Amino acid sequence: MSLLRIRNIARSYEMGAETVHALRGVSADIEKGEYVAIMGPSGSGKSTLMNLLGCLDSPTSGSYELNGTDVSSLDENALSDIRNREIGFVFQTFNLLPRVSALRNVELPLIYAGIPRDERREAARVALEQVNLSDRMEHRPNEMSGGQRQRVAIARALVNQPSILLADEPTGNLDSTTGTEILGLFHSLWKKGHTIIVVTHEEEVALNARRILRIRDGLLASDEIVK
Amino acid sequence: MKLWHEIMENLRIALESVRTNKLRSFLATLGIVIGVFTATLMATAITGLGKAFENSISAIGSDVIYIQRFNWGPSEKWWKVRARRPISLVQARRLAERVAPPATVSYESGMGGTVKYLDRTASNVIIMGNVAASAEVRGLSVQEGRFLSEAEVDGERPVCVLGHDLAERLFPYESGLGAWVKVNDRRYQVVGTLEKMGEFIFANLDFQVIIPVTRMIADFTREPDLTIAVKTGDAAALDEVQEELRWIMRTVRGIDPGEEDDFSVNNQNALLDMFGKFTAVIGTAGLSMTGLALLVGGIGIMNVMFVSVTERTREIGVRKALGAKRRAILSQFLMEAAVICLLGGVAALALAWPVTLVMQKWLPATISPSIAMIALAVSAATGLIAGFLPAWRAARLNPVDALRSE
Repeated sequence: MSLLRIRNIARSYEMGAETVHALRGVSADIEKGEYVAIMGPSGSGKSTLMNLLGCLDSPTSGSYELNGTDVSSLDENALSDIRNREIGFVFQTFNLLPRVSALRNVELPLIYAGIPRDERREAARVALEQVNLSDRMEHRPNEMSGGQRQRVAIARALVNQPSILLADEPTGNLDSTTGTEILGLFHSLWKKGHTIIVVTHEEEVALNARRILRIRDGLLASDEIVK
Repeated sequence: MKLWHEIMENLRIALESVRTNKLRSFLATLGIVIGVFTATLMATAITGLGKAFENSISAIGSDVIYIQRFNWGPSEKWWKVRARRPISLVQARRLAERVAPPATVSYESGMGGTVKYLDRTASNVIIMGNVAASAEVRGLSVQEGRFLSEAEVDGERPVCVLGHDLAERLFPYESGLGAWVKVNDRRYQVVGTLEKMGEFIFANLDFQVIIPVTRMIADFTREPDLTIAVKTGDAAALDEVQEELRWIMRTVRGIDPGEEDDFSVNNQNALLDMFGKFTAVIGTAGLSMTGLALLVGGIGIMNVMFVSVTERTREIGVRKALGAKRRAILSQFLMEAAVICLLGGVAALALAWPVTLVMQKWLPATISPSIAMIALAVSAATGLIAGFLPAWRAARLNPVDALRSE
């Protein structure tokens, strides 16, 4: 059984009197341990797809099974639980809480999972070690470089041991050297067995993945295995 | 357990947020501070007044009925009351003869004056004309010597009993028993002193001198207006005895059937009623003022919380993406509002405390633990109510939109 299975998934928005079809029906299966890039120009619907895959949004039609659970019709609270357990988000702008330390940032998902404080601390520490930031645990985001911030964000995404690491333009706000470094980190995480989905419009970033889904006009344009 | 973690975490977030927005939080909570401050002082003052009043009323006695020309409380028309005949010694004596035990009758008169001993002078002294039974009726306890005797009252003897403070003023080093003092320039011999009675609203009863009422009439007032005080000996029978006394008094005063009473029969219930009304008025006024201040304060908090939610829309999005449920976001912002208000409440108590210390000069006023607890509870509740709408809005944000916001 696939880790992630979408069937004819579609999403439309009401904009005043008009209905915008952001996603018109996409089907795909992603197996555990895959490294997938979702590509497409802006307006193609790739962000919509990412929001659906990340359980931030529900499809207008179609089905989505994640780890054997049909999540397409769950209510908001249930989706919160799914996000908390199954998905680790990495954002283009890092989205760390500015006023708290790296450690506290990484702890956040565990707080919402209801993990006791000591356990939380320990797990957050381990996650930060995984991204080579053991010496920056007490630093606040504004005391760190962009690369370091993104690594904190990755540690935060990993701390709950999710099924999928979902990254949205993870190198978009980084210079190319740091970007390469982050992609290297993704690569090593994939080697360790993590399932990674990267949403990007950059060919170079996508080429790090083993499979590329191309989205155009709300439809799946191609699904190819690279390397 | 999970909820507990969330609450602790939200408390921490709330404190962080307040710390980073010190000035804004302070301004937002100002209304709460003012509201809770006035409410606390009001409550403290009212309980203080109540205590002082209780002290004073205990001097009146719960089972004592007073027959006087004047009425306690505001009911009767003052011009009618003024036209009444005074209560004379003869009337008082006749009434006393007709009252059966266990009731005890005292009749008395009071005036102000000066008491002197050698070169020591005490002015603003309450001079009371009493009878032997007055000690029991008025609840006076003799410390040294004895109270007035019946023979002394009947014989208009120039003897006196000194109140505790007055005795200390005139005789700081020696016992005053047997000494001759001058009461308004008439000579009286001291036969006893009283135990300390404590402070009262109406008068300092420790600064009184008691002389036979008969002697008072002979020396100072030709036409006295007496107060007759009857201790019923049974507080439960107050109403019956009161009615009986009224009829006796009517007979004694020679009032024809059908005519109105030209005297009043009073007891402490009249005063209690009056005081109750008085505190109710103050309380209502204070409560509405406080309510208004809290309303304004609450609106301020709501405003600040809306700003806070708008400012942190993206943070809310991130938290939701990481698995925060609606409840978690709701409680985060509710907690923040409650913490801000609670700090306001603490500040208000800190401000009110020194003010009550000043108030203690006049009233036995203290901020009781229960008043403090209520003040803090009201503050927190205001925060929860005012914060609800903003917190609800935050909780209902769509994670996709929230994450997109700048």
